[in-house]
Amino acid sequence: MSDREPLFSPKNLRLLTNPLGKDNPITVQVLGICSALAVTVKLKPSVVMALSVVVVMVTANLVVSLLRKTVPSRIRIIVQLVIIASLVILVDQVLKAFVYDISKQLSVFVGLIITNCIIMGRLEAFALANKPWPSLLDGLGNGAGYGFILIVVGFLRELFGSGTIWDYQVIPDSWYVMNGGFYENNGMMILPPMALITVGIIIWIQRSRNKDLVDIS
Amino acid sequence: MNTQSNTYTFVYAAIMVVVVAALLSLAATSLKPLQDKNVEVEKKQSILSSVGIGLDAAEQKNKNTYIEQLYKKHIIKTYIVNSKGEKIKGEAFKVDMKKEMAKPLEKRKLPVFVGQQSDGSKNLILPMRGKGLWGPIWGYVSLQEDYNTIVGANFDHKSETPGLGAEINTERFEQQFVGKQLFDSNNNFVSVSVVKGQDTRNMVHAVDGISGGTITSNGVDAMLEESLGSYVTHFKELQKQ
Repeated sequence: MSDREPLFSPKNLRLLTNPLGKDNPITVQVLGICSALAVTVKLKPSVVMALSVVVVMVTANLVVSLLRKTVPSRIRIIVQLVIIASLVILVDQVLKAFVYDISKQLSVFVGLIITNCIIMGRLEAFALANKPWPSLLDGLGNGAGYGFILIVVGFLRELFGSGTIWDYQVIPDSWYVMNGGFYENNGMMILPPMALITVGIIIWIQRSRNKDLVDIS
Repeated sequence: MNTQSNTYTFVYAAIMVVVVAALLSLAATSLKPLQDKNVEVEKKQSILSSVGIGLDAAEQKNKNTYIEQLYKKHIIKTYIVNSKGEKIKGEAFKVDMKKEMAKPLEKRKLPVFVGQQSDGSKNLILPMRGKGLWGPIWGYVSLQEDYNTIVGANFDHKSETPGLGAEINTERFEQQFVGKQLFDSNNNFVSVSVVKGQDTRNMVHAVDGISGGTITSNGVDAMLEESLGSYVTHFKELQKQ
C-alpha cells in the first residue's frame, strides 16, 4: 500500500454521496420498497427505522469486507445472511434492554431489516470485493439514501394522512369538518398504496431533473 | 489456503455458527434481567395509567423507580377471583392473562387490582387480553365504584401496524372510553363496542373505531366483551354491597 489514498478522496466521497442522489437505492435501484411502504405511515417509526438500517448496514458491510478473503464463495450468501441476521437480533436485544419504548414502537420492523434487499445487495455487490473503509462509506451512503427517502415519505404521509408531524398536531383542530371547518385527513395516505404513489412521484421529480437517469433503451 | 475446498467450507460454516450462537446467547442472557425489568415496569405503568396515574413518567429522569414508587403508593390491594366471583389464592400481578384467556371461562383465574386516587376514591382495575390483526393485544380498564362506569382504559399491542391498528394505544383512542358504561339500564352486561362511522360521543356503550384498523378495532371490541364478560358475576356481587 505505497500509494495510500486519503480517507476522504473524491472516489470515496462519491461512495457516500451517490446513493443520496443519482444512485439512490429506493428511487433509482428500486430496492427495499416493501419496508419503505410498510413503515412510513408516521415520521417517528420512519426515522428510527432509517437509523437502525444505517447501523446494520454499516456494520454488516464492514464485517463482510473484513472477512471477504476468507468467505468460501459457495456459501457466501448464507454467510452474509447469518451476519445480517445476527446484527439485527443484536440491535433488537440492545434496543429492548436500553430504550424499551423505542423498541416497542419499531416492533416487527427491526426484524424486517433482515429481509431488506438493499443490505444484501450492497454486501454482494460491494463489500465482498472492496476494502473495509470504502465498504463502510458505501454502507453509510446507501443507508442514508434509503433513510432519506423514508423520512420524506413518512413526513408527507403523516402530514396529509393524520394531520400531525412527529405526533404533534399541525393542522388546526378548527379546520376539520368534524368541528365545522373544511378540512379532512386523507385516509388514503395512511394505506400502503399511497406510499407507492408518493415514491413514484419522487422518482418522477428526480428523473425530470436528472436526464441521465431516464432509461432510453 | 484453498478457500473453495469442501473441508474448508464445512469448517468455516461450523465455526461461524458456533461463534454467532455464542455471541447471541451471551447478549441475550446478559441483557435478560434488564429486559425483564422493563417488561415488569411497563406492566405496572399500564395498570397505573388506566386510572390516570404516572402519565408523566416519560419525563422523569429515573422512570423505573418513579413507577415502582407510584405503584406501591396507589395500588392498595390485589386479588384473584374466578368467574363465579369467588376469591382464589395467588398473586394477581403474576397471573398470565395469555394462559387464562385460553382456558374455558369456569377455570380462569381473574386478577383484580384496586387502585386508590390521591383524593381517596377507589377504582377497580381489570386486565384484558385479545387478538389484533398481527398478534396479541391487551390492556387495562378501570371502573368507578359503581362497577359500571369506565374511568380510564389503556391498550397495547405486540405488532399492529403503526398509524393503523397501533393507534389503539394512543391517548385519542383511549380517552374515548372515559365515562362509557358496561351495563345497560336493566343491568345486563352489554360491554362497550368499537363501531365504524358513527358519532359515538353521545353513545354510552360505543366508541369510534380506527380507520384502516378495522380488524384491530374488532379485536378490541371482542377483547372487551370476552375479558370483562368473565368478571360479570363479580361486578354484580360488588354492586349489591
